[in-house]
Amino acid sequence: MLELWEVLRQFFWRYRKRSSSRLWGDHGQDALENAHVCVINATATGTELLKNLVLPGIGAFTIVDGHKASGEDVGNNFFLSIDSIGKSRAQAATELLQELNSDVSGNFVEETPDKLLDNDPEFFHRFSLVIGVQLEESTCLRLGAVLWNAGVPFLACRTYGLVGYMRLAVREHTVIESHPDNALEDLRLDQPFTELKNHVQSYNLDNMEKKHHSHTPWIIIVAKYLEKWYNEHNFQLPKNYKEKESFRELIRNGILQNENGVPEDEENFEEAIKNVNTALNPTKISRLVQEIFDGEECKNITSQTPAFWIMARAVKEFVESEGGGNLPVRGTIPDMIADSEKFINLQNVYREKAMQDALLVAKHVESLLQSVGKPPESITEQDIKLFCKNAAFLRVVHCRSLADEYSVESLNKDEITSCMDSPDCEMVLYLMLRSIDRFHQQHSRYPGVYNYQVEEDIGKLKLCVNSLLQEYGLNVNVKDDYIHEFCRYGASEPHTVASFLGGCAAQEAIKIITHHSLTLDEEEKWTNWTPARKAVV
Amino acid sequence: MADGEEPEKKRRRIEELAEKMAVDSGHGDSTGDWDGRWNHVRKFLERSGPFTHPDFEPSTESLQFLLETCKILVIGAGGLGCELLKNLALSGFRNIHVVDMDTIDVSNLNRQFLFRAKDVGRPKADVAADFVNSRIPGCSVVPHFKKIQDFDETFYKQFHIIVCGLDSIVARRWMNGMLMSLLSFDDGVLDPSSIIPLIDGGTEGFKGNARVILPGMTACIDCTLELYPPQINFPMCTIASMPRLPEHCIEYVRILLWPKEEPFGDGTALDGDNPEHIQWVFHKAQERASEFSITGVTYRLTQGVVKRIIPAVASTNAVIAAACAMEVFKIASSAYIPLNNYLVFNDVDGLYTYTFEAERKENCPACSQIAQDLRFPPSAKLQEVLEYLTENASLQMKSPAITATLEGKNKTLYLQTVASIEQRTRPNLSKTLKELGLVDGQELAVADVTTPQTVLFKLRFTT
Repeated sequence: MLELWEVLRQFFWRYRKRSSSRLWGDHGQDALENAHVCVINATATGTELLKNLVLPGIGAFTIVDGHKASGEDVGNNFFLSIDSIGKSRAQAATELLQELNSDVSGNFVEETPDKLLDNDPEFFHRFSLVIGVQLEESTCLRLGAVLWNAGVPFLACRTYGLVGYMRLAVREHTVIESHPDNALEDLRLDQPFTELKNHVQSYNLDNMEKKHHSHTPWIIIVAKYLEKWYNEHNFQLPKNYKEKESFRELIRNGILQNENGVPEDEENFEEAIKNVNTALNPTKISRLVQEIFDGEECKNITSQTPAFWIMARAVKEFVESEGGGNLPVRGTIPDMIADSEKFINLQNVYREKAMQDALLVAKHVESLLQSVGKPPESITEQDIKLFCKNAAFLRVVHCRSLADEYSVESLNKDEITSCMDSPDCEMVLYLMLRSIDRFHQQHSRYPGVYNYQVEEDIGKLKLCVNSLLQEYGLNVNVKDDYIHEFCRYGASEPHTVASFLGGCAAQEAIKIITHHSLTLDEEEKWTNWTPARKAVV
Repeated sequence: MADGEEPEKKRRRIEELAEKMAVDSGHGDSTGDWDGRWNHVRKFLERSGPFTHPDFEPSTESLQFLLETCKILVIGAGGLGCELLKNLALSGFRNIHVVDMDTIDVSNLNRQFLFRAKDVGRPKADVAADFVNSRIPGCSVVPHFKKIQDFDETFYKQFHIIVCGLDSIVARRWMNGMLMSLLSFDDGVLDPSSIIPLIDGGTEGFKGNARVILPGMTACIDCTLELYPPQINFPMCTIASMPRLPEHCIEYVRILLWPKEEPFGDGTALDGDNPEHIQWVFHKAQERASEFSITGVTYRLTQGVVKRIIPAVASTNAVIAAACAMEVFKIASSAYIPLNNYLVFNDVDGLYTYTFEAERKENCPACSQIAQDLRFPPSAKLQEVLEYLTENASLQMKSPAITATLEGKNKTLYLQTVASIEQRTRPNLSKTLKELGLVDGQELAVADVTTPQTVLFKLRFTT
C-alpha cells in the first residue's frame, strides 16, 4: 500500500512538473521551484494565496505571523481547524498548507513583522518575494522601505469587507515572455536575408506541376510576386490600400486555370492574398524595445547588472552591427497550406537563421561578461536563445515606491481627481482604504468592528476622510454611502473575497517570480458588491 | 479626535458587552459553533447598509437560514467544485449536496486540493465531502457519485440554488434544460417560486467566467451558445498525407492509428489520463514525425493534444469559484444585488475583468417556450436536417434523435444512440422529407444529450 503511494507520488511529482511547465515553460517552472516566498499573516487571504502557490509547486514558503488563532480566524480560514484556536496561527496554517504538497518546504516564524523589522530587517532579504497580508499602514510602509532598498519585490494585499486590494512595489520587473495576443510574425519579406532570398529563388512558379503549385507556402508566393511588383514599381513596397489591392490582384492572377480558363482551387494562393496586409508590414523595432535599448541600465554594464540587461545590450550591439538595424530573426513561421517538404524546408531557413543570429548575440554576451569579469556560463545558451526569440516583446515595468505614493508631494493628485469626477469609480475605494488606516492610527482600531460602533464611527470616519483629502490637497467629494459601507464592513474578511484575492495575488506572484507577462501596474482593486471591476493607480 | 479618549475601564466594559452583542450567544453549543465563528459573515447579514438589495433586512435569523435551512447543490467536485465547497462551507452554508461521476486521478492532485495521493481511485464526490465535513465542523456535504442525468426533477427541486463547476458544455446545457423544465406558469405568467437560480462557473487556463442565470427570466446557457465556439479540427488531408506540425503527427496517431491498431485491446478508447496510452501515442507520433523530418513532438505536447487541454490553473479556479460562491451568498441572503449577469476574467497579462448583461434570445431553443422553425424544401433529405441540428451554432446538438407523429403514430425517423435502431432508421437519412410523409407545419420532436427534455421544432417547407 505504502509502495503504491510512493510510486504514485513520484509519478505525480513528475506529472505536476510537466503540467505546470506547460503553463509557464520549463524556464518558469524552474524559477518557481527555486523561489522562496514570505507571507506575512496567515489570515484567510494569506492562506488562500499560499494554497495557490503550494499546489503548483513553489520551492518554499515562510509564514511570518505573531498572532494566536482566534475563533473568528478559524471561522473563515480553511487552513486553520478548531484545534488551532489559541495556538500559533503561523504554525497551524503551515502544517495544513504543507500537506497539500510534500515537495514544498513550509516554514514559519512566530513573530510580528514589526519585531523582525526592529531586530533583524535583513531577515527579509532572502526571499524572492514578500507578500504582506492585512498589514497596518505603518508596518506596511516600514516593510516597504526595507524591501525597496534591498530590491526585493513586495506585494501588499488586503481584503476589507467586499473590497480586495493589491499593491505591487518592485523597482523593476523585467519580462522576457510577455505573450502578446496579437503578435505579428517576423517574416522579413520586406528585407529578406540572403538565405531566404536564395530559397525563394529556388522556386519557379511559372514552371510547376499543379500539385506543387498548389502546395507552395504562401510566404514564397508573396515573395515571388513582390519581386514582380518591384520590377514594375521602382523597388517600392505596396504602400496604401489601392496598391495593396493591385498587389493582391497580381497574386490572384497567378492562380492556375484549367483548360476552360476557370481558376483552380488553390487555397495556398488564397492564403497569400489574405495575408498580404500583415506580410508586408515593414520590419522594425518597436518603440518599447527601443526604449529598453536606450535605457541607462543598458548603457552602463557592471558586474552587478542582471542578465536581462546584459542580454539587452548584446542584442543592441547585434542590431547595430551584424543585424543591420534589425533584431535577431525570431525563427518561427505560422502554419500554412503546403506539402510537408516545402513547409519544413522553409521553416528550416528561418530556424537556421535564428540560430545563427542567436550565436552572434551570444558572442556579444560573452565579451560583455568578460568585460565585467564574469564567467561566460553566467548566462546560458538557452537563456540567450529565449531572449532572442522574444526580443520583439521585451518589457520592463517600473513601480513607484510606497514612500512615493504616500508622500504629499508625489501622490498622483491629477489622476485621483480626474477619476473622482465619476464619484462611483474605484478610486473612491482607494481613498476609503487610506481613510480607515488613518482611523486606525487615531483610534487604535478599525471602524465598526462591533455592532454598537457602526453608527458612531460613521461620523469619525468621515472626519478621517476629510483630513486625508485636505492633507493631500485633493478637491474631491467622497459620498457618505461609502463611508457608511466601510463602517458596515467592520474590518471583516469574508472568505469568498479572501479567496478571490488569493487567486489573483497568487497569479501575480507567479508572474513576478517567473518573469512572465505583464503584471499589474502597481495596484488593482475591486469590489464584490457590484460585479468585479478593476482600477489602476 | 475630540471624543476619542475614553477611560480604560469603561472601554473594556463596553467591549465585553459588545462581544456578547456581536456573537450569537443562543446557538453556541448545539451546532458545534464556537465564539466568533461567524463574525465575518454576520456583518453582512445583521447590519443595514447603503448598497444592499432593496429586499434586504438585517436580522440574526438570516444566519440561521443559511446554517439550517438553505440547501445548495454543487455540480462537479473537480477544480471548481473543491473551491466551491470550501467557499460555501466557510460562508455559512451547511446543507450542501455535491454530484460528480468521476474518480480521482493523479493528474487532479495539483489543484483539486481536497484530494491526496492516497485517495486516487476513489469517487471525487465522496472524498471531497469527507474532507470538508471533517475540516469544517457542522457542515454536512452529501456526496453523490453519479451523473447529473441519473437524477430527475424530484431531486433537483429540493435545492434553493444550484451552482455548477463543470468542464463540459453538454452537461451545462442539460442542467440548464432541467431547470427550465421545473418552471411553472400560471396563465402564461411565470411562478417565481418555481425558479431555481443557476450559478455557472467555467475556467480554461488563465481565463474564466462566472454567470448568474435565473431560469425563465435571464439569459440561459443556450441563449449564449455562440460564446462557446465548436472546436477547430485540423483538416483530414493534412493529417493523413501532409503533416507539417508536430500536432498533425499526434492527431494522425490519435485519429487513424489508434482505432486501427487498438494497442490496448478491442474497443479500448484512448484515455488522455492514462500514461501508458499517452506513451504509446507519443512514440508513434515521433515515428511519423521523423518520416517527415518534423521536430517538436514531446510527451507533454502529445498529452495536451490528446486531451485537448489547456492546462488548468489553481488560481483561476480559485477566482471563479469565489465569484460564484459570492453570488450564491448574495442570492441566499439578499445581502446585495446579484451579478447581472456575466463576468469574464483573464489574468494572463495583468488582470482583466469585465461584466456584461447577456441577453435572452427571443427564440432560444431551451428557454423561449417557442417551437423552433426548421426551414427546408420538401426535397431536402433527412440527412440535411440532421446536419443542421448538429452544425448550427445555436443548436450544436451532439447526436439528435428525431421523431414525428405520422398517421397518428409516433415514428422514429432517426436515432443514433442505439445500434439496432440506428441501423433500422439509417435508410431514412437519404430519403427526402416528402418521401418520409412529412408535411408543412409538422411538429418534430428532437431528443439529445444536451437537454433533458425533447425540443419541439416546426417544419416549414420552403419552395
